[in-house]
Amino acid sequence: MVEFFVQGGYAFFVWGAYGVTALLLVAEVIQLRAQRRALFVRLNRLNRTRELDKNQ
Amino acid sequence: MNVNWFKFASPPAFYSLAGRLIPIFWGLTLTLLVIGLYWGFFQTTDQLGGSNPQKEYYRIIFIHVSSAWMSMWLYFVMVVWAAIGLVFNTRLSFMMAKAIAPTGAVFTFLALWTGAFWGRPSWGTYWDWDPRLTSELVLFFMYIGYIALHSAIDDIRRADRASALLAIVGLVMVPVIFWSINCPDPNQCAALHQRSNLTKIDGNILFAMLTMSLAFWMYSFAATFMRLRSLILTREAESIWVRELLTQRGEQ
Amino acid sequence: MKARQKRLVFIGLAIIGIGAASTLAITALNSNISYFFSPSQVLANEAPPNHVFRLGGLVTKGSLIRESDSLKIHFDVTDNAKTVKVIYTGILPDLFSEGKGVVTKGKLGADGVFYAEEVLAKHDEEYVPPEVASTLKTAHAEGVTNTATTSNGASN
Repeated sequence: MVEFFVQGGYAFFVWGAYGVTALLLVAEVIQLRAQRRALFVRLNRLNRTRELDKNQ
Repeated sequence: MNVNWFKFASPPAFYSLAGRLIPIFWGLTLTLLVIGLYWGFFQTTDQLGGSNPQKEYYRIIFIHVSSAWMSMWLYFVMVVWAAIGLVFNTRLSFMMAKAIAPTGAVFTFLALWTGAFWGRPSWGTYWDWDPRLTSELVLFFMYIGYIALHSAIDDIRRADRASALLAIVGLVMVPVIFWSINCPDPNQCAALHQRSNLTKIDGNILFAMLTMSLAFWMYSFAATFMRLRSLILTREAESIWVRELLTQRGEQ
Repeated sequence: MKARQKRLVFIGLAIIGIGAASTLAITALNSNISYFFSPSQVLANEAPPNHVFRLGGLVTKGSLIRESDSLKIHFDVTDNAKTVKVIYTGILPDLFSEGKGVVTKGKLGADGVFYAEEVLAKHDEEYVPPEVASTLKTAHAEGVTNTATTSNGASN
């Protein structure tokens, strides 16, 4: 197990490459989900104001 | 077999199709990632031998080559959609191109980053102005330029067309990178970066590398479709189908 | 001509233009202007004098000498036609070894010795476990040699 993390003494390079890759891909997905959630909040608000306009 | 493919070229139809495909692509991405990483770390040799006796750091190859392939492939696909948009003036094509760019930029950055972390222990440097490294850096700037140009123009239709043209012009970089890495003749390739030759790779290493590439490809589909769906909703916010969609979601 | 056809022609022309530009760029890379110079080119005075440039080739077998009291290292770089002596002070990369490809950056001294400030190891595209390696032949060394001899031939 320790051997796996040490990677023959090249842990910094191996995990430096893999870590940043994982970080960026996960960050992209989180950003996409947040973008979608924010978009629905905005669109729903837009829809409600439209309904109100119609009723007046 | 009489499928009307043009049906899916309309934003609402593609919105729902992409919604159904995204979970499938996520499932494929995760499965391939698990297989690829397991194979890459546990079914391969710790150290290489022969004419290229690298140590454990060679394992960066599994994400480096995959990222580099995706960086070029996604740019190519982006340009194809941009060109279709310019010729046929289809709304969805431009949105496809715009949705691909950030993911392409991420993979280009990763190809450079993982390359630096591989280059330091093997060549002895994080970076060198080698023709292959330099052209990949230029590709990164092409993606950034496309995204920046699009966001700099307020009128969406103009932004779509201008950035599509920029993307097409930048296509010149893809054959240059591809050629410089797959250089057919060693006599003409003075470079630090090695060439690409899949026939000289051990089966287990090759399997992990190809599996990771497929995983990144499936990831690109999932991420691009997610971005595309948000883009469709943003641009079609005033349309009846989006309003109906919101009402349906509200009732659930 | 309809608008769509006009656009199609326009895109077609753009793609032809890009093809031409790619070809030009590849041709430029083809002549590999100056990523590195081979020992033959250096001895033929093709490398810029009093300027930092890169010297590339193979480390001559048996030429590596480490000074015992310092980090100073001597080795020869060859293209199997001509040889240049190199002096470098510092730590060599992991993959640096005799008979393998190397790219060094530095200046050519008046004494004909190349004073390197950076030494990079080139490696090939063979990725195999140690036990299989012996059965495969390496074309890398040939590649580097060919690079040198071709450019040498072109300059003659």
